[in-house]
Parts: sequence; structure tokens; C-alpha cells
Amino acid sequence: MKLIKIDQQNWNTGIEKAKSAYRVFGPVKEKNDYEFKVLGTNEMPDLNFRNTRLSPKSIIYPQSQVMFTYSIDETKDDCRIMKEVENVTSPMAIIGVRPCDALSFPIVRRNFDTPEYQDTYWIKAYEATTFVGLACNSACDTCFCTSAGTGPFGEEGLDVLIIKDGDDFYTKIITPKGEAFAESAGWGKKEQTDITAKIKELKTAAEASVSSTVSTDKLKNKTILDLYDAPFWEEEAFACINCGTCTYVCPTCWCFDVQDETHGKSGIRMRNWDSCMFPLFTHHASGHNPRNNKYERVRQRFMHKLKYYVDKYDSGIQCVGCGRCIRLCPVNIDIRKICDKMNSFDTESCKCEATSS
Amino acid sequence: MKEYTEKIREIAKRLLNDGTVDMVIGFRKGTLPMMNQPHIATCTDSADELMWDSNCGLNLANYVTDRKEKIGIVAKGCDSRNLVTHVIENKIKRDQLYIIGIPCSGMIDHHKITAMFDTDITSVKESGESITISGNDFSKKLIKQDVLCENCAACTHRNPVEYDELVADLVEEQTDVDPYESVTEIESMDAEEKWNYFEDLISPCIRCYACRNACPLCYCPTCFVDESTPQWVGKSQDPIDVRTFHLLRAFHCAGRCTDCGACERVCPMGIKIREFTKKLNKDCLELYGWEAGLSLDERPPLDTFKTDDPDEFIK
Ligand code: SF4
Ligand code: SF4
Ligand code: SF4
Ligand code: SF4
Repeated sequence: MKLIKIDQQNWNTGIEKAKSAYRVFGPVKEKNDYEFKVLGTNEMPDLNFRNTRLSPKSIIYPQSQVMFTYSIDETKDDCRIMKEVENVTSPMAIIGVRPCDALSFPIVRRNFDTPEYQDTYWIKAYEATTFVGLACNSACDTCFCTSAGTGPFGEEGLDVLIIKDGDDFYTKIITPKGEAFAESAGWGKKEQTDITAKIKELKTAAEASVSSTVSTDKLKNKTILDLYDAPFWEEEAFACINCGTCTYVCPTCWCFDVQDETHGKSGIRMRNWDSCMFPLFTHHASGHNPRNNKYERVRQRFMHKLKYYVDKYDSGIQCVGCGRCIRLCPVNIDIRKICDKMNSFDTESCKCEATSS
Repeated sequence: MKEYTEKIREIAKRLLNDGTVDMVIGFRKGTLPMMNQPHIATCTDSADELMWDSNCGLNLANYVTDRKEKIGIVAKGCDSRNLVTHVIENKIKRDQLYIIGIPCSGMIDHHKITAMFDTDITSVKESGESITISGNDFSKKLIKQDVLCENCAACTHRNPVEYDELVADLVEEQTDVDPYESVTEIESMDAEEKWNYFEDLISPCIRCYACRNACPLCYCPTCFVDESTPQWVGKSQDPIDVRTFHLLRAFHCAGRCTDCGACERVCPMGIKIREFTKKLNKDCLELYGWEAGLSLDERPPLDTFKTDDPDEFIK
């Protein structure tokens, strides 16, 4: 790992230079909110953002992605043959990934890159990408990253971490990918500087600014069925409108649905994000739906993130504490509250009365 | 608003205790400022969580669809109009409902207020007509009237139209407002300008369907966008499909929409979806003299006909 200090001038020229080797993405203000966009010539990432409204997951894993094309023209030889679309990704660099969002990529990787199953679309995009993170000097009220396996200066999932101090950019080069990026930005020859003490100071202040915490320590030892049958689900799920916002904005939600669309004689097979909050998600062809009730869907989302994932991978929760679902849920279903309910749930002492729906 | 809260709790407990209702649907305080949560109270303890302030903008009629129990429900003007619409459309029976009417002075626009400040808002306190917004290093007083939701600012039915009991005296209705100001503006555009306006309007849509799901009118067992045999609408971000969703949904709401604003309130992308429904509301008013949900005895113009209809096609 190498620590260098970059001034505003060098930052601007570096980002501009990197654009010749990478497709560079960065936060840009759109209407009222920030979004990750490809940066054009002379366009700089706007680092005044707190976090983007949607997470950067769509850069690696687009909401709609074409995988195959086909023809249904009987006069053609290749009629009804699925042809894979070209799946090559040129190098990309995402500037300004917040540490919470950075951690989501290794989490999602556990699903898309396993010894038995390789999702080549996700893997190729992931491998082609350099993650240039931006430390948070102060956290939002809804962030709970320090309870979710990272923190405002967290490095997991990042190739470079930028720490902004006034006009200076303290740059931590973490991986070889990060080194290659620094090289192409022209920062490669910069001398290592001793800014460790300064960074430590900023980090301590940033961590102290995280005002919200949740407890996850007891989740692992709970019995799945105890939590599944806990009486609070119906009451907590009452307000939910099953809109799926929480899962679409979440950096760690990975579910998709495969669809064919035919226009005239040709068609595409694509995948689109799906959501466990939609009744259609589990609707069987027979008409049966094993998760027919709203509370069952709400329960699924939280059980997956906070129990099944915890048990399966033994690497913490499937949530990075970015707080997006809390900020954007239209009916204020708050994962912090549910997580605390699950973590402290005790079959013996539970006297709460379930409400029916 | 404290008086409203106390009165709601008092009524709810009475109704639950004397068995008039099985549950009372209202709002409870959320975990974030300006975010209250729809709440179902079935016992006196949970009835004590019920509350009221200017952040109860979701439409509670959405939560009674097809329910079988006897339900006490807290309803401001627009909720009551959607309850009336529900009764007319057989989604609930009038005698299943005990409507706790809220004379409403408008809800505040949390999107607008959030956008006014660069940092987190940690508390929002109301007192009479003023709202105090505070964060870690600031505090600012706003006039409630200036930060009302757009539909509330132009609302002409603040009092519930149908109720069994009121929590307070009726409020004065607004008369000098034009709910259709923006529609008139769009109507004056030429075709290309209109096209561009609507393209820009829905361009951020992620098709989460929060707008549909928050709307009490959208109760179809299978929405046309979810239908798979045959599949009417594609599932990707293809602009044709996004447009189809918005236009068809709006038409399904024609003559039924009360302009409660729930759809807009819940959109995570801040899209002004009411620009579609408002046009149809205006048409219904101009063509049929109709506003939705004002009477239990009249059916909406698009599911009825009159023998003296001036148009030829009906005869
Ligand atoms: S929890 Fe909230 S955001 Fe998620 S589906 Fe339910 S209402 Fe929508
Ligand atoms: S569950 Fe919510 S807080 Fe956790 S990563 Fe997803 S959006 Fe962020
Ligand atoms: S709530 Fe907003 S983003 Fe979601 S489908 Fe409706 S308009 Fe689109
Ligand atoms: S379309 Fe929107 S404004 Fe109209 S009734 Fe439905 S939620 Fe309310």
C-alpha cells in the first residue's frame, strides 16, 4: 500500500488523463440528486455529494441486460437459435464509491462468482473495473456502516481510497489495479508522504459521526424457525406497499428475472432486476404462490439479509449500512428497527401479540 | 396537532374496547423526521401509538381494500373520498367502516423540504402555522403554507366528505385556488413540446411501481404490467414500456383519482406523476362536471351512461 498526496490541480489532470485508458464514472448532480454517470471530456466527478440516490451496482449489474439475441424467421438457418451477445467490457473506473457501497461488491460476488456457478456477465464487468473510493468525513443520520462490517474509511472492495482534506486528496493505493489506475492518472511517480497521522485523525472524527448503530451479534445463534415464526412480522409489514424500492436502491440486492422480448421476427433474451417484494417474484406457473402474503415477502427480505446470508457465508450480514432503503422506503420500514427486533428476539420472553392481516 | 392525536387515541380506544371495530388504521410516528408510518392498532396499547401531524400524506384507503373485518379508519379529506370510491367499487362495505374524520389543513412536502437543506434534518417540529426544521448545526422556521404538498396547496376538499365522527371542527375550504394550473400550461404546448415534457418527466423512472402500489385505485388482482399471458408490457427500461405503464395507469384512474398525492409522495425518484392524472381529472370536471369520491350515490362517469348523452355512439 502506498500513500500519496494530490492537490486539486493534479487531481483534475489525473482524472482527465485516466479517461484515455478507462471509461470513467463519477457522481454527477441530476435534478435534485446525485447519480453515477460516465464522465465526458473535462467533466469532473462532483465530490460534494453525500451519497448517490441509487447505488453504483448498476454499472456492474445493469437493471436490464441483454444476454442473447434470436430470430424467429423460419426462412433463416439460425431460426430459434440463441446467440450470445458479445460480452467484453473495456476497462472502467468508478470514482467516488463510498466505502459502504464498495463493500457491496465482495458481498454480491459471493453469489455471482462461486466454484459451481460463474455469472460471466457480472464477473467480466467486475474484473474490468477499478474502484476508486471516497472516504466519508461525516456520516448521514441513516448510515450504520460501522455496524455492517465497514466504516466511513473502510477499504474492503476498493482499489484506491481517496480521503479529502480541504483541497488535498490523500490517496491510498490499495491493490495492483489501484496502482495501474494511479499510473495512468500520472500519479504513479509521486513520492510516498507521511500523512498517516492526519488520516487517522480524520478517520476517528468520521467514525464518531456515525450516529446510528444496530446490533447483529446474536443473529447467528438464533434458530431460523424461531425468527421465521416470530410474532412481529405482520405488524411490522402492515405499512409495506410491496413497491420494491428498497431492493432496487440496495447495493447488495442481486435478484433478477429472465425475459424474452420479440419485436417482429427478431428478439432478445435479457435479464432484469427483480424483487422479492413483488408478488410475481414467487408466482408459480401453476398459479400457486408460496409467498402470497405481504408479511411473508417482507419477512423474506429481512431473513435473507440478516439470517440466511449470515448462516450461509459466515461473513456478517448482507447489508452494508448505506441507509438507502431507510431514506427511500415510502412508508418508513426501517431495517435498523427490524434488525434490532430480530437480534433481540427471545421466544421465551416474547409477549407481543401478533396482529392479523 | 396534539389535540388531534389525543382525540384519535381516545376514539380508537373506545371503539376497540366496546367492540365497534376489530382494528383502527391510522398513523404512528416513524423513525425519520417527516416520515410517519401507516399503523394498525388492535389493542389499547397499540392505539396509544396512533398520532397525527402534517406528515400523514399517504392514503389510508389503500389499506382497507378487500378486508373483511370491521375497521376504524382515520381519514382526511382525500382518504375519505377514496373510501367513498372504494365503497362504490365494492372494495369495502360502508357498514364495515367507522370513519374517524380529520379536518385537514394540508400535509407538508418532505421532498421539497429535504431539498432545501444540504445536511441531514434531525427534527421537524410544528406549532400552529409554523414548522421548525433543525439539524446538527442549524435551525430554521418555515411557514407551513409555503411548504405544503402541491396537491394540498390547491385542495378544495380538506374536510372529509363521509365520516362517523370528527376529531375537530370542520376547517374552512379553500376557494381561490386552481388545482389545474400546471395542466393548463401543458395544454398550451405544441405536440413536440408536450412529448419532450413528458419524456423528461418520466426519464428517471425505475419502474418500481411504488406509485401504483401506494394508490388506493390500483387494486387489480393482476396489474396489466404484471400480466404474463399474454404479456402486454415489457419489463426492461425500454422507454416504450415505461411510457405505456404511465399512460395506461393514468387512464385506469380517470374519473376515480382524488389527487391525494400518494403516488407522488412515494416515488423514490421524485417524479411528478400527478401531471398525468390531473389532466384526466380536469377533463372529467369539464366534460361531466365530475369530481371523484364526493358521493356514495353516484357512479364515476366512465362506468355509467345516461340515455340523454349528447354523443351519438352510445345510442
Ligand atoms: S419495505 Fe418499503 S420500500 Fe420496501 S417494498 Fe415495502 S414499502 Fe416498498
Ligand atoms: S439493506 Fe438498506 S441499508 Fe442495507 S445495504 Fe441495502 S439499501 Fe443499504
Ligand atoms: S414510483 Fe416513481 S420510479 Fe417507481 S414506477 Fe412510479 S414513477 Fe417510476
Ligand atoms: S393516482 Fe395518485 S393522486 Fe390519484 S388517487 Fe391514486 S395515488 Fe392519489
